[in-house]
Amino acid sequence: MTAVDAVSLAVREGELFSLLGPSGCGKTTLLRLVAGLEWPTSGQVWIGGRDVTRTPAHRRPVNLVFQHYALFPHLTVADNVAFGLRYLGPPRPRRSAAAARVAAALELVRLRGLDRRYPQELSGGERQRVALARALALEPQVLLLDEPLAALDQELRQAMQLEIKRLQRAVGITFLLVTHDQQEALALSDRVAVMSEGRIEQVGTPLEIFERPETAFVATFTGAANLWEAEVLGIAGHGRLRLRLADGLEVEMPAAGGAARAGDTVRLAVRPEKLTLRPPASPPGAVPPGAALAALPVTVEERIYQGTRTVWLVRDAAGGRRVVHRSNAGSPGGDLPEPDPQPGNPALLCWDPRHGVVLRR
Amino acid sequence: MARHPRQNGGPAQPPDRLPAQPPDRPPAQPPDRPPAPARPRWRLGAAALALPAWLALGLFFLLPLVLMLGVSGSQRGVYGGLQPIPDLAAYLRSGAFLASYRQSLQGLYLGIAWRSLWMAALTTGVCLAIGFPAAYALALHAPRRRKGLLLGLVVVPLWSSFLIRTYAWMFILRTEGLLNHLLLGTGLISRPLPLLYTGGAVMAGLVYGELPFMILPLYAALERLDRSLLEAAADLGASRAAVLRRVTVPLALPGIAAGVVLVFIPSLGQFVVSDLLGGAHTMLLGNLIQNQFAVARNQPFGAALAFELTAAVLLLLAAGTHLARRASPGEAGGRPAGWELL
Repeated sequence: MTAVDAVSLAVREGELFSLLGPSGCGKTTLLRLVAGLEWPTSGQVWIGGRDVTRTPAHRRPVNLVFQHYALFPHLTVADNVAFGLRYLGPPRPRRSAAAARVAAALELVRLRGLDRRYPQELSGGERQRVALARALALEPQVLLLDEPLAALDQELRQAMQLEIKRLQRAVGITFLLVTHDQQEALALSDRVAVMSEGRIEQVGTPLEIFERPETAFVATFTGAANLWEAEVLGIAGHGRLRLRLADGLEVEMPAAGGAARAGDTVRLAVRPEKLTLRPPASPPGAVPPGAALAALPVTVEERIYQGTRTVWLVRDAAGGRRVVHRSNAGSPGGDLPEPDPQPGNPALLCWDPRHGVVLRR
Repeated sequence: MARHPRQNGGPAQPPDRLPAQPPDRPPAQPPDRPPAPARPRWRLGAAALALPAWLALGLFFLLPLVLMLGVSGSQRGVYGGLQPIPDLAAYLRSGAFLASYRQSLQGLYLGIAWRSLWMAALTTGVCLAIGFPAAYALALHAPRRRKGLLLGLVVVPLWSSFLIRTYAWMFILRTEGLLNHLLLGTGLISRPLPLLYTGGAVMAGLVYGELPFMILPLYAALERLDRSLLEAAADLGASRAAVLRRVTVPLALPGIAAGVVLVFIPSLGQFVVSDLLGGAHTMLLGNLIQNQFAVARNQPFGAALAFELTAAVLLLLAAGTHLARRASPGEAGGRPAGWELL
């Protein structure tokens, strides 16, 4: 079985890089290939300008923080953190130097006074910190983290997100992190690789990944997205395409990667928060001057109040279901801002074409 | 990775519940810490439920022990039975009830005891040396589908009588036996080797008989070993030998202790193997005791020897339990892995 197929990835020194994908997409296999716990049938692994493809795990300058921490139950916290120190060097650190490094590593993850405890006597968050300290004590060139936050509860997870980011800035080591949680990847990373079925779909900054997804998978996995089929009418210049949606609406949009020719069918993605609903017969003044809005007649099916935002489910003339989000920030006097279309009513679905993305097929 | 449901669709949740600062200290009682075990409350119902166990223990363990203690303090009758004691108080005062124990401290018998101890220790050592790699391969390297079959092969010999299997060893080891035939056939030797009725033959028989009882607890201990611990050790820089020494063996220690006890104790009392495969100078404690009852008809002496052996075994067991407790400090109060087999 092929878990990772023809993946080529370059992680820059000192960055926090995330592998994001659903379970079974090969992201953990990729991480284990870097750690030396799996061996590739073909291809190479280079770390810091050195080919380590044939180097066994215990000789690689990387350390892994395991998903369930893999702390040694028969050793105290201090002995867990000190475990790898004797294999450093040459010269191997002296006893006093090793003790100092253990203390420094525990200090770094803000764990004090627990040296003599056993892992079973710690909470989930404390174990996580011990696992981080154990790996960081060896000052690896790359720190690998396998779903570091998945085993923690929601509240602790958000605190540890900040913690990992702080640690990464403090030690300046390259972090390679695996996660299935798009929010985690966006919040933590300098760059993200979105993976699906053993392949890399897109590599970019969180902003690029979220705002300029290149494939339908990236668009839907990193958040909600409305997708349309569209026919390319022609190139409008400045990298823009003229498109005709299935129900006849013509828009001009910036083209993402991949050249499209007139006559091609492409897919178009717009995030729900970029969509707005307007009354069906908008007076001309309602459209801000200068912004060419795409507008599609729809029928409101559902309106869901979610506190910080309101969600509308609408159906367009072609039968496609669309999702619209609107922040409730600035709703005056406890009322929702106008317009507030109700279920069963017609409306116009509008967006600024600059917010739409043409996906690579 | 199969544990994580695919998180699809749905926009990014804003981190709107961030605590003011990262919590340095966890909550006082983290949810994943097991609660302290409640003290058992002794009630009539529980006592009634334990009754069969107490009955069995009393009937099959304590009563024979008491009987044996009584016999060991008696004197041998002229025709092999027990001498009647007319005045118990005077008998106890005279110290004659210790005669058999005094006899057991003679050099001849101490020598046999020492040889038995030594043979049992050697058997245990050899079983450990063979059993650990076997259990390790079975637990960590055997393909999942084959595990049941391979484990079955370890247990299958136990289905037939130990006596028959020991007889089979006689056929293998004797001068015109299988092994000598093979060695002669390959030309490695020109004359049959005297294999049977030697200490080596007894060792082979003992190791063969006890090996499954070493492999099974070791397998149980290694099987439950978290593989990611071994990977973590390698990731932290430990070579394969260092992983074995610093992680695998320490974590398998309760299983090792269980296997050692399970092999050492029966080996100490063995008499079938040494009887069939050994010669006159490989007599073990087991043979000595059996002889007192079956041949020499000295029941008090046999009972005294048997009682001493039982006491020694119980002492060793207590020491072993103590060591196993110390070896797994993390499992405070809990029984270490592998001991449930006892």
